[in-house]
Amino acid sequence: MKKEIGLVFIFLALIALVLGLFWGCAGAFQFVFPGFFDAVPFYKTRPLHVSFVISWIVLSAIGGIYYYLNTHFRIPLFSRRMAVVHAWIFGISAALICACYLYGKFGGREYWEFPAVLAIPVFISWFLFGFNYFKTIAKKTGTWPVYLWMWGTGICFFLFTFSESYLWLFPYFRNNIVRDLTVQWKAAGALVGSWNMLVYGTALFVMEKIKGDKQMARSKLAFLMFFLGLANLMFGWAHHLYIVPTAPWIRYLSYAISMSELLIFAKLIWNWRKGLGSIRRGFYFLPYRFLIASDVWIFLNLTLALFISIPAVNVFTHGTHITVAHAMGSAIGINTMILLSSALLIIGEATGYSFSERQKKTINAGFWITNISLFFFCLFLILAGIEKGRLVIENKLSFQDIMLHINPWLISFAFAGLGLFTGLLLVTFHPLLAVAHYLRKKPATVILENSIANS
Amino acid sequence: MPLHIKRFIFWGLVMLFLLDSAAVYLSDSQGKVSSTLLTQSARDGKLLFQEHNCTACHQLYGLGGYMGPDLTNVISQPGKGESYAGSFIKYGTARMPDFHLTDTEVDALLAYLKSVDKTGNSPIRDFDIQYDGTIRTASKE
Ligand code: HEC
Repeated sequence: MKKEIGLVFIFLALIALVLGLFWGCAGAFQFVFPGFFDAVPFYKTRPLHVSFVISWIVLSAIGGIYYYLNTHFRIPLFSRRMAVVHAWIFGISAALICACYLYGKFGGREYWEFPAVLAIPVFISWFLFGFNYFKTIAKKTGTWPVYLWMWGTGICFFLFTFSESYLWLFPYFRNNIVRDLTVQWKAAGALVGSWNMLVYGTALFVMEKIKGDKQMARSKLAFLMFFLGLANLMFGWAHHLYIVPTAPWIRYLSYAISMSELLIFAKLIWNWRKGLGSIRRGFYFLPYRFLIASDVWIFLNLTLALFISIPAVNVFTHGTHITVAHAMGSAIGINTMILLSSALLIIGEATGYSFSERQKKTINAGFWITNISLFFFCLFLILAGIEKGRLVIENKLSFQDIMLHINPWLISFAFAGLGLFTGLLLVTFHPLLAVAHYLRKKPATVILENSIANS
Repeated sequence: MPLHIKRFIFWGLVMLFLLDSAAVYLSDSQGKVSSTLLTQSARDGKLLFQEHNCTACHQLYGLGGYMGPDLTNVISQPGKGESYAGSFIKYGTARMPDFHLTDTEVDALLAYLKSVDKTGNSPIRDFDIQYDGTIRTASKE
């Protein structure tokens, strides 16, 4: 028996998370203290930060999927070797992309600032993942739970929107400013939606595992929510574009679709109330913790998202730090909490490693520091955003004066970011060591320890 | 939910998505101004904008980074304009790096920004809020 390939991805993901946080803190301090850490200037740290945290999200989701397919559905991967190649291509292209950023070789755009040729290996790695995924689950008989649909959809939409985000290579798109901007943000919005499919699918899987309730992910309601989410991924992206002079129907359609999320919202509140007070301890305690935290963040974030999807509100908040608060709230509060929950579950299970009480305390402390810091992090961004939005529309101060005005909020934000970094380091430190230990050992010892742990 | 209904909804959504995508690809900007980049210089400028990652710090239509000002209308804003923008691009500031661009490159970036300026306004300051939560603006003639 070989080691679980999923763990390799989880390991890379945790490293990416730590690096992403590091560059994020560097960027935040550069933003508020000009001249800070000039060796790598802000226009390099920003894409480094973004690329690493995106890598964290997709790698940990992918690692989970490989692992769950193999162990929980007991369907062996169609090709383990293909998954290994996937990991190598990802690793090598990540290294090349980092080098490009550090040397100031750009050429792409938001999210993919690297030169366009590097999109080819990224695309190939996802294609291999998708091929392997569908070949593997084709062997599964019986009703597919909704998360299998979600993962498959997420992979296909990633491939579609990733390609779409490169349509600018054609002059027809590139040379028309508004069309290009529209297609760019259509792709970017749906791209985030596609990895959210991977992440939310993971959340449902982990919930099923913790509750031991197999019906939940096969119910009619689960599928209705999936279709609603899919419609949002497909058509809800234009809230980025309310102020761009696109054809008006694009904006109206998106507004209507975004508001349908109200249904999801209502359902969430309902479930949340029902779920209160049923905290389970034991083996699933840590994963459960992180999942509950993500619930709270979904609630807070959707409230904000609904507000800023109203065009009359959006006109004030667009282009301000409120957008950043929304992005960070969902990337950290929702996605990261879910993915940490999944990673902790997998690490506990696969490595047979059980955290000592002291280690659990460290993780627990990290959990609280992270969540409290994140709350203030988003709060300061929102306050800065409100102030900026107001001052910009009022149009009395110059840009520099507006920035001076909101600088105290942004300085507080940078320190809250440091808190986040600390919290997440505390959370990931021991799990990271546990995976590293597992990956270093010879397979036989792993099997032996696993069987001891499971007996 | 029976499998055929799931499939029907799923593929129905996919069809709609493809139609919507096609419509978006074919759509052009609202209003009378075509947003096509006509000169070679402006086209080069757009690529230079990407190659130097100007978006890390600047926005167009509120999309992009936050460290510097939105550049959509830097060419036509009162008190700013081409030579104003040109000197920032050429020399940088304490916060904006000097990219050591040649004069041709600076001109290309300016040509690009001039085309962007013609497509519309950002931020929007002139608008009426409608009863349904949408806004109405005057589009650029
Ligand atoms: C590291 C961040 C950063 C990068 C990268 C950057 N800028 Fe700037 N830029 C700024 C800041 C900040 C200002 C405002 C002046 C100041 O505060 O120093 C500015 C000002 C400007 C202005 C004047 C705008 C106005 O309304 O006053 C123009 C034009 C400009 N930049 C163009 C560019 C172009 C073109 C590029 C890419 C080649 C670029 N900038 C890259 C940070 C940046």
